[in-house]
Amino acid sequence: MTAIPLDQGLGLAAALFALGLAGVLVRRNLLFMLMSLEVMLNAAGVAFVVAGARWAAADGQIMFILVLTFAASEVSVGLALILLMHRRNSTLDADASYHLRG
Amino acid sequence: MNAMFAIAAGIAVLATVMMITRPSAVHALLYLTVSLLAVAMVFFVLGAPFAAALEVIIYAGAIMVLFVFVVMMLNIGGEAEALENDWLKPAAWIGPSVLALLLGLELGTLAARGGLARSAATVIGPQAVGIALTGPYMLAVEIASFLLLAAVVAAFHLGRAVMRGV
Amino acid sequence: MHELLWLVPTLPLLGSVILMLGAGRLSTRAEAAAGALSVGFAAVIAFTIAGGFLLNPPAGAAYEQTLWRWFDVGGLSVTIGLRLDPLSLVMMLVITGVGFLIHLFATEFMEGEEGYGRFFAYLNLFVAAMLLLVLGDNFLTLYTGWEGVGLCSYLLIGFWWRDPANGLAARKAFIVTRIGDTALLIGLLLIASRLGTLNIAGAMHNAAQSWPAGSPLATLAAFLLLGGAVGKSAQLPLQTWLPDAMAGPTPVSALIHAATMVTAGVYLIARTHALFLLAPAAQYTVGGIGAATLLLAGFSALAQNDIKRILAYSTMSQIGYMFLALGVGAWGAAMFHLLTHAFFKALLFLSAGAVTMRLHHEQDIYKMGGLARRLPVAFWSFLIGSAALAALPLVTAGFYSKEAILSGAWADGSSGRVLWAAGVFGAFITGLYIFRAVFIAFFGEAHTEVSGRYGWRVILPLSVLSVLSVLGGLIELPPALGHVTLLSNLLAPVLPASKEAASVAPLLVASLAGLLGIGLAAVLYWRPARPPAETPLWRFWHAAAGFDWLYDRLLVRPVLWAAREGADDVIDSVYDAIAWTARTLHEHVRRTQNGRVRFYTAGLAIGSISLIAIAMIR
Repeated sequence: MTAIPLDQGLGLAAALFALGLAGVLVRRNLLFMLMSLEVMLNAAGVAFVVAGARWAAADGQIMFILVLTFAASEVSVGLALILLMHRRNSTLDADASYHLRG
Repeated sequence: MNAMFAIAAGIAVLATVMMITRPSAVHALLYLTVSLLAVAMVFFVLGAPFAAALEVIIYAGAIMVLFVFVVMMLNIGGEAEALENDWLKPAAWIGPSVLALLLGLELGTLAARGGLARSAATVIGPQAVGIALTGPYMLAVEIASFLLLAAVVAAFHLGRAVMRGV
Repeated sequence: MHELLWLVPTLPLLGSVILMLGAGRLSTRAEAAAGALSVGFAAVIAFTIAGGFLLNPPAGAAYEQTLWRWFDVGGLSVTIGLRLDPLSLVMMLVITGVGFLIHLFATEFMEGEEGYGRFFAYLNLFVAAMLLLVLGDNFLTLYTGWEGVGLCSYLLIGFWWRDPANGLAARKAFIVTRIGDTALLIGLLLIASRLGTLNIAGAMHNAAQSWPAGSPLATLAAFLLLGGAVGKSAQLPLQTWLPDAMAGPTPVSALIHAATMVTAGVYLIARTHALFLLAPAAQYTVGGIGAATLLLAGFSALAQNDIKRILAYSTMSQIGYMFLALGVGAWGAAMFHLLTHAFFKALLFLSAGAVTMRLHHEQDIYKMGGLARRLPVAFWSFLIGSAALAALPLVTAGFYSKEAILSGAWADGSSGRVLWAAGVFGAFITGLYIFRAVFIAFFGEAHTEVSGRYGWRVILPLSVLSVLSVLGGLIELPPALGHVTLLSNLLAPVLPASKEAASVAPLLVASLAGLLGIGLAAVLYWRPARPPAETPLWRFWHAAAGFDWLYDRLLVRPVLWAAREGADDVIDSVYDAIAWTARTLHEHVRRTQNGRVRFYTAGLAIGSISLIAIAMIR
């Protein structure tokens, strides 16, 4: 195994996170927003693993596993909601539903 | 700089860029899978083979399969793609790009501060992870199991609503 | 057996809880069983305990059971405990025994009514609260039961809530008794702060130690307790709620008037008699209030046409007798009259209920008529009850207890003679008004048709109460007539012996007064014809001397006026300004809550960027 500089690993995480954020902000389709959210979560996972590698500790990977669990739960519930919304509104436009308007 | 790491990271970033710009859901999913696999490669290079395996199995495997199922069920066709193209006009990119760029710059700057440190060139295998997971992180595992259970219940409930056609 | 004392208030409470939790899920049979049997079992236990108590009296003539410590603060330690002494024993037997008979009657009376289970839940709670009141060994437990009784009376008077008038009557009962309750609470706080304990026996002991007779504090405390008693027992000047309380179902009236609630005031004064002995002024007031109330209520009863209102005023009047007895120090006589009154007043209310049951809830005596032949069961019960109320000599329980009161008054010096005269005149009025009701309702021509038959659950309570109304007085006979002193022997450890008139003359006079009233009623109403003309005098007494009118002008209207006038003042505008500010801010801020997920995400992103930027710059 070769050593990877910490800044490069974290830089990758930052880039992925920023791209995911751009995706969430720019897409109006809820399905794409969910995918972009996955990218953001994955970026957080990358940051954990990089940090774990830096200190040669297992904790980074464990945090990654927890992030993974969270992502799995989030996707299953999120996709179910998307299906429900598509059933009700026949659209996945995030801007189309604003029933929570104050 | 490690070549393997550079290539994998490059692929990951590129694939993600492609993913957020595709109008077709299936294309976007494929790019996302590529991005995840590239990240798995990064993990492997970093000496985290267990995380890499999980990334492939769960992220690129299970979660993406869920997405594929939903895309199939929604039966999104060319009409939806035209709509996506309509939504993804260049003007719509300005605000999000500025925000993402700012955030990326900030995070990048912060990352660069730790520049001199390098990752320890050791492999932390599944055994070490497993021991830590069932040792000091037992509570976290339990909490994660609760989270998954809650997700199952919620997905089941919402799924029934979908089936009843409410 | 003494160990089971805690079950006596607990069983009715349990019944109430079962009925409340099972509301809508229990069958009518189950509800009736839960309602009546919980009190029935309590009665069985109470009588068993009483048997043990009488055969084998505990040391100090009192049995105490401390259940748990309530709180202990600032040197004032309050336990939840029960104390069974002869006084609370008598009360407990009356409440559970008569209460059970009323419950049994109610299971048939309320059949087919909406809210059958709810009714018994309230009724059981009522009995439980009253038992707690009489069995509590400290003032706070007593007060808890006191308030519980007030709550239940509110719930039961407004039981038929669909008619707003019933709700108003319930509210009136609650608010008027609340005035007395407040006085009582202040009195209890005074006792707690000055005597350092809320234990009744302890407080009475300390009072006798630290307060000389006639001291201002003792007088003040006695007057405050009297205020509470006056409110609960519907005596002047807080008597106005009682006639309106007739809005509740008849078994409720029976329970309020016979076994529970109104007797609470008498019990309170008897229980704290040591304090009243230290405050002669308060004790004279008790007697005066009793005499005034018994006359006022007697006259008012003469001017009523509603059979339940007649009985309501008669209750006020009879409680007046008990207050009179307390005022002259005839403590035992007051308890004796409380006992017999519980029998015959329950009998009167239940037989009146039995009559209205068969007459489609017609309560106007002028619309009854000729019921003696058609409703013999109700007639004989009502007649026996009336005879006992009118103190028909020798053969009724009411005679002996009333004689005990009047004889105590006669023996109490010159002021007692005045009270005695009032009592004798009251006896005359009593005979007149109750037999007016008997003759008009049960004799003459029939005006309403009768339907249906009585079941055993009506006949049994009426029979038992009839027997008790006749024979219940034999436990205590005046010296001239055999001199039996079972009750006063029993009460001797807790209540000081009362003076008795030595001569037979006052006894004869009082007996004659009652007979005279009955005779006059027979002359005037044997052939009843029309309802009385509405002369001003009749209207005056029909409205019970206009106290409602007076309070309305004196208190209700000024308060309402002040409330109306004070609705928009300077202080109000401050709160309005606060509301206005909140609303205006809300109008502006709510625009950010547009429900668009991407807008929120952008907000999150901007916030994170700014925060990280701040963290980096620092």
